[in-house]
Amino acid sequence: MAFALSPEREQLAAQILTRYPDPRAACIPLLHLCQQQHGWCSPEVIDYVARRIGVSTAHVLGVVTFYTSLFQKPHPPNVVWVCRTLSCDLRGAKVIQEHLERRLGCRPGGRSKDGKFALKKAECLAACGGAPVVQINDRYYENLTLAELDRILDEIAARTAAVEPSEPRHQEPDAGGAA
Amino acid sequence: MTLEMRYLTARYDVPDAHRLEVAERHGAYAAARKALTQMTPEQIREEVKAAHIRGRGGAGFPMGVKWGFLRPAPGQQVYLVVNADEGEPGTFKDRSIMERDPHRLVEGCIIACRAIGAHRCWIYVRCELALAMQRLDEAIAAARARGYLGPRPFGVPHEIEIFTHPGAGAYICGEETALLESLEGRRGEPRLKPPFPAVRGAFGMPTIVNNVESIAHLPDVITMGGAAFAALGRLPGEGGTRLYGVSGHVKKPGIYEAPSGITLRELIYDLGGGMLHEDRPLKAVIPGGSSTPLIPASLVVHAPAPSHPLHAWHGKSALDVPMGVETFRALGSMLGTCGAIVMDSSVSMVEVARNLMRFYAHESCGQCTPCREGTGWLVDIMDRICEGRGRPEDVALLVDVSNDMMGNTICALADGTAMPMLALVKYFHEEFLEAVRGGARDRRLDDSTRALVGGAP
Ligand SMILES: Cc1cc2nc3c(=O)[nH]c(=O)nc-3n(C[C@H](O)[C@H](O)[C@H](O)COP(=O)(O)O)c2cc1C
Ligand code: FES
Repeated sequence: MAFALSPEREQLAAQILTRYPDPRAACIPLLHLCQQQHGWCSPEVIDYVARRIGVSTAHVLGVVTFYTSLFQKPHPPNVVWVCRTLSCDLRGAKVIQEHLERRLGCRPGGRSKDGKFALKKAECLAACGGAPVVQINDRYYENLTLAELDRILDEIAARTAAVEPSEPRHQEPDAGGAA
Repeated sequence: MTLEMRYLTARYDVPDAHRLEVAERHGAYAAARKALTQMTPEQIREEVKAAHIRGRGGAGFPMGVKWGFLRPAPGQQVYLVVNADEGEPGTFKDRSIMERDPHRLVEGCIIACRAIGAHRCWIYVRCELALAMQRLDEAIAAARARGYLGPRPFGVPHEIEIFTHPGAGAYICGEETALLESLEGRRGEPRLKPPFPAVRGAFGMPTIVNNVESIAHLPDVITMGGAAFAALGRLPGEGGTRLYGVSGHVKKPGIYEAPSGITLRELIYDLGGGMLHEDRPLKAVIPGGSSTPLIPASLVVHAPAPSHPLHAWHGKSALDVPMGVETFRALGSMLGTCGAIVMDSSVSMVEVARNLMRFYAHESCGQCTPCREGTGWLVDIMDRICEGRGRPEDVALLVDVSNDMMGNTICALADGTAMPMLALVKYFHEEFLEAVRGGARDRRLDDSTRALVGGAP
């Protein structure tokens, strides 16, 4: 089925397109907008954006594959990014990752047992002074301790509706290694 | 504390400073009003030149000089693009400006647009910074509603529109030409230079790309005058205050505003509150983001020749050299973004190398072979060294691979990988040799902090 934006988002999309002398510049903002609604950049989303800005689907696919934050697969409702770059590693990021792995029951690149969380390793999130840092969806959590992390995850899990067990359970290969 | 200054950060601790009424009550937009209604674009540019702002995005290029490269042909638009992609490990200053005082950036953009003759400005924000993006969008909308943007800002017929543009998770898009590619809706692959953006930038038009902090200094430059702003700095040709970041093993990690040209010792022991554990002294510091070569605590300046730029510090600790673009180049490092990463005596430099090389291998755009292959090899070598599978020739190989990457690529990511790698091997050669001999395997980087997080000690 062809992809369509909700009326409010459609209005936003029209507004975004006026910001540039060339509609092709709206590629990434539109992909973000679609991903907010759809959860990932599906072939239908790619097709929609390509038509909207007047380029080939191959072009848009090339853009999607270049950028870490544009998802090429469906995702659990919550994405947990644990920063493992130097400043965070100096402040215990590995402990945070190990705890997340135990608690969610998956490695980076995987999804939690309950299907509510994806776990991913992030590169420096521009919050090094608040290390260790975890980003969950759109929010940063800084100066974390394991106790606080548990509290945050409990809260998010509680407000996330149960995920259909029939959803596909893919494990992405972990490009960076999990050490 | 006498070292800290409050110019750029004047509104950081004002509650709700991100709201226009509040920011304005604390001085926002007075400088933009002055620049637009009482100054000519030439006069603004002269003040900016006199301010001696060295670009805060890492390369340290003089802002006034860059603006002087603009020579738009008749009929050509000029664009302002603000680099808010902040991704250099150890750097977290631009985010604080956008979240805590977004109107300062908007005001800076208005001043810059007027000065360079631009009617459109895009702020390219890395998409992870959702709060920064939201605050900027709100600030832009509020300023527009108040008549500070739009067809006649402050009643002056010089149309200015500012837009935010989200990145999508790629460190390379902080490089200015990759950023322009990304802004135009393509993969973030850097362009060959020349032509430089000032000649052919966004959408084929002459474009000035400046870092968030560079632009955020402009209201102070207009308020104080360029010369007075420059005089805040401690070094000739490097003016003003700037934002310093300090992270890693210090008591008070964070962002601090202080004069250009303070020393690493002041940054670590004064602003940063000193080393986290009294019994774990400083081992080394990465001075300005991960691409700047690290400086070991034991480094002593050797500059016996009177003509040497560091002669005044001959025989002194490198920690006592003022942090400047020229001084740190002479020291064999770089000033970069002034985001220092501090490491105490518990830290394995071999593991530091592995951590950093993983970052660069992940973030190389893959366009140039020496960078794509080189960063990959460096990770492979570091992995095997750290896992106790190192080969006798590996340390020399790290140096060879790094040297082959330098100067052989379109953008500076490869150099920014090779330089810190070479410094690590140079200053901690014995540690690398020891690791290759099967020394310490898979050492952790968090020996000093595991307990603080709540992990097993
Ligand atoms: C790999 C790479 C990453 C960069 N990342 C950033 C960045 O995140 N933010 C930034 O302002 N400049 C970054 N730069 C520097 C920009 O290319 C450019 O010099 C800068 O935005 C110019 O602004 P300034 O003169 O005000 O410093 C990066 C450069 C390279 C080579
Ligand atoms: S290293 Fe984790 S936020 Fe910078």
